[in-house]
Amino acid sequence: MINESRRKFLKTSALIGAGITGLSTKSVKAEPKYVLDENRMGVLIDTTVCIGCRKCEWACKTAHDLPTQPIESYDDRTVFEKMRRPDAKALTVVNEYPPKETDQFPINVKVQCMHCDKPACVSACIVGAFSKEENGSVIWDTDKCIGCRYCMVACPFQIPAFEFEKAWHPDIRKCDFCFDRTKEGKLPACVEICPMEVLTYGTRKSLIERAHQKISLYPDRYIKHIYGEFEVGGTSWLYLASKDFHELQFPKLGTNTAPGVSEAIQHGIFAYFVPPVALYALLGGVMWINKKKAESNKNKEVHHE
Amino acid sequence: MSENMKPVPLPRRYFTPTVIVIAVIAAVGLLFVLARLIFGIGAVTNLSNEFPWGIWIGIDVAAGVALAAGGFTTAALGHIMHKEEYHLITRPALLTAMLGYTFVAVSVGIDLGRYYYIWHPLIMWNGNSALFEVGMCVMIYLTVLYIEFLPIVTERFIGRVNLPGFFKRFNVSLDKLLRALDRGLDKTMFIFIIAGVVLSCLHQSSLGTLMIIAGPKMHPLWQTPILPLLFLLSAMSVGFPMVIFESYLTSKSFGLKPETNIMANLGSMVAPLLGIYLSFKLGDMVIRQTFVYLTEFNTASVMFVIEIVIGVVVPLRLFLSPQIQKSPMGLSIAAFLVIFGVFLNRMNNFIVAYNPPYVFQSYFPSIGEISVTAGFIALEILLFRAFVMIFPIVSVPQHSGTKAKFSIRSV
Repeated sequence: MINESRRKFLKTSALIGAGITGLSTKSVKAEPKYVLDENRMGVLIDTTVCIGCRKCEWACKTAHDLPTQPIESYDDRTVFEKMRRPDAKALTVVNEYPPKETDQFPINVKVQCMHCDKPACVSACIVGAFSKEENGSVIWDTDKCIGCRYCMVACPFQIPAFEFEKAWHPDIRKCDFCFDRTKEGKLPACVEICPMEVLTYGTRKSLIERAHQKISLYPDRYIKHIYGEFEVGGTSWLYLASKDFHELQFPKLGTNTAPGVSEAIQHGIFAYFVPPVALYALLGGVMWINKKKAESNKNKEVHHE
Repeated sequence: MSENMKPVPLPRRYFTPTVIVIAVIAAVGLLFVLARLIFGIGAVTNLSNEFPWGIWIGIDVAAGVALAAGGFTTAALGHIMHKEEYHLITRPALLTAMLGYTFVAVSVGIDLGRYYYIWHPLIMWNGNSALFEVGMCVMIYLTVLYIEFLPIVTERFIGRVNLPGFFKRFNVSLDKLLRALDRGLDKTMFIFIIAGVVLSCLHQSSLGTLMIIAGPKMHPLWQTPILPLLFLLSAMSVGFPMVIFESYLTSKSFGLKPETNIMANLGSMVAPLLGIYLSFKLGDMVIRQTFVYLTEFNTASVMFVIEIVIGVVVPLRLFLSPQIQKSPMGLSIAAFLVIFGVFLNRMNNFIVAYNPPYVFQSYFPSIGEISVTAGFIALEILLFRAFVMIFPIVSVPQHSGTKAKFSIRSV
């Protein structure tokens, strides 16, 4: 309730602001959306099937017009020697974790934005450039971004990347869940290309059901944990694995949403602007009383003289 | 009171050997700012996707805002509590706050990837964002500070408007305009003074909210839901020490007699404020049981102990000592320790405590970042000196009957 009326207030204020400056309503439309759609989409990643072919990396770069080597070069497995993270030039990367015993296979983990249900970046962004969309994706409006990098500070998965090398118009980049492709009914590029069907695209609800089914059908294959089901209040991208996620360098996170505490404090301090106005009134009263007192003291002194 | 204290401009030779050194530091800083504008943030700083914020945010912005707290604390004391004896220090404190916040804004501009979009938050709102709140408050407060400074400008120029050449014809009308402005400001100033205090309380605390969203990325010694309260309390306790320290430096630099009485009175208010801050800080540590991290020996625990012991406990003890209260030198040393403590606290919160899950190379500021930070502090000092020489900021004794504009006594 409180959130809703507050959002309404902000929306009207933003509309007025936009009206005054003669801006189109386009900038207002990207207000953070906190109404989660029942049928929002997600992707289930089964790390036990991934062979580390990195075709998804190539497909992602191609779909997002990022410079890429020819697809054959992705067969080079020496890149797995070092852990890699997504950056402004690669929105998804695959890492390999070697087996502890010789008879086991290495585990490959694809990394990209988790598309949280309650994203820290959406809450943090100073200009509201990030938004959680109905289809589950967390996208951002590059026209609004001022490059403050607070989203990077806020993200619990350390995902948004910044074009530090650019002097003019640097961008924040991260996986956008192929927003433009899914709009046209296409699959996300990585899901489409994956030869092992590691990635399953579907509604988040159905994916969680399916993941639970898999775990109960093959209890030896999977640990009993779907990463992303409850982490930071749930994410659209979900993972299955054969060993503890912490060993695969997933951050250990609680079930509380990432922006929860910060938003509670913010809205506490600014509940309908009552606390600031009350403080203003209080200080005004104190100032008036003290002034009167000083004046009457002065008058007394004059009388004594 | 045998002497009548009055703020006057202090004309001096601007350049002394120290000032020249400071000017060189400022110039080097400006060169690196230019480099940042031409080659980008990546070329000048050690920032990366792991460490998106460095000392330009941790020191220039966070510590800068905290150390400009002298403005709102003296305004609250002098104007809201209406203690007239403190009116002499409100002007230097106001100037410090005005320059401090100006450079906070400039530093944010340099750190923003797209500095030319700095106005975006004005029309693109996100009420959930602590940064949005800080940004808006700082922008409004900066405006309020400029308005609060205007009477000093009108006081300086009313009856002295003397434009050269062609502009001579505007002299009379400009003077009239200044007088009208002065009258209007005189009647409405209380609105801005209260607004300044409210805005300061808001954004000083919201600056603490800023890092809460980083959650487990921040070391538990600092990450706490009461960060906004701790930030507000520490800002309140650093306000008077800033005024004491600065007043001491100004009196040294301009060869004036230090305001021993006022400094001692201000000093006596620091200990209770520091005490409240310390009790919340330690209470928080006990409740969350984070003292276990102090048994580890690493950068975080060492920095935390330095921050608390040298930055809070030692100056608290010093401010309680009667000998210290009597000596301007002792007060300035104690004040400096408080300033150091708050400075370190902000740096710790934003840089030392920030420990992301995936680190390839830990962050240490580059020469460029350090030069820009030092350069901005140097520029602030240079501007402070210039303002004190041009405008009636610093109060000096006025002997009744003397025709001289001001008199100076050596120490």
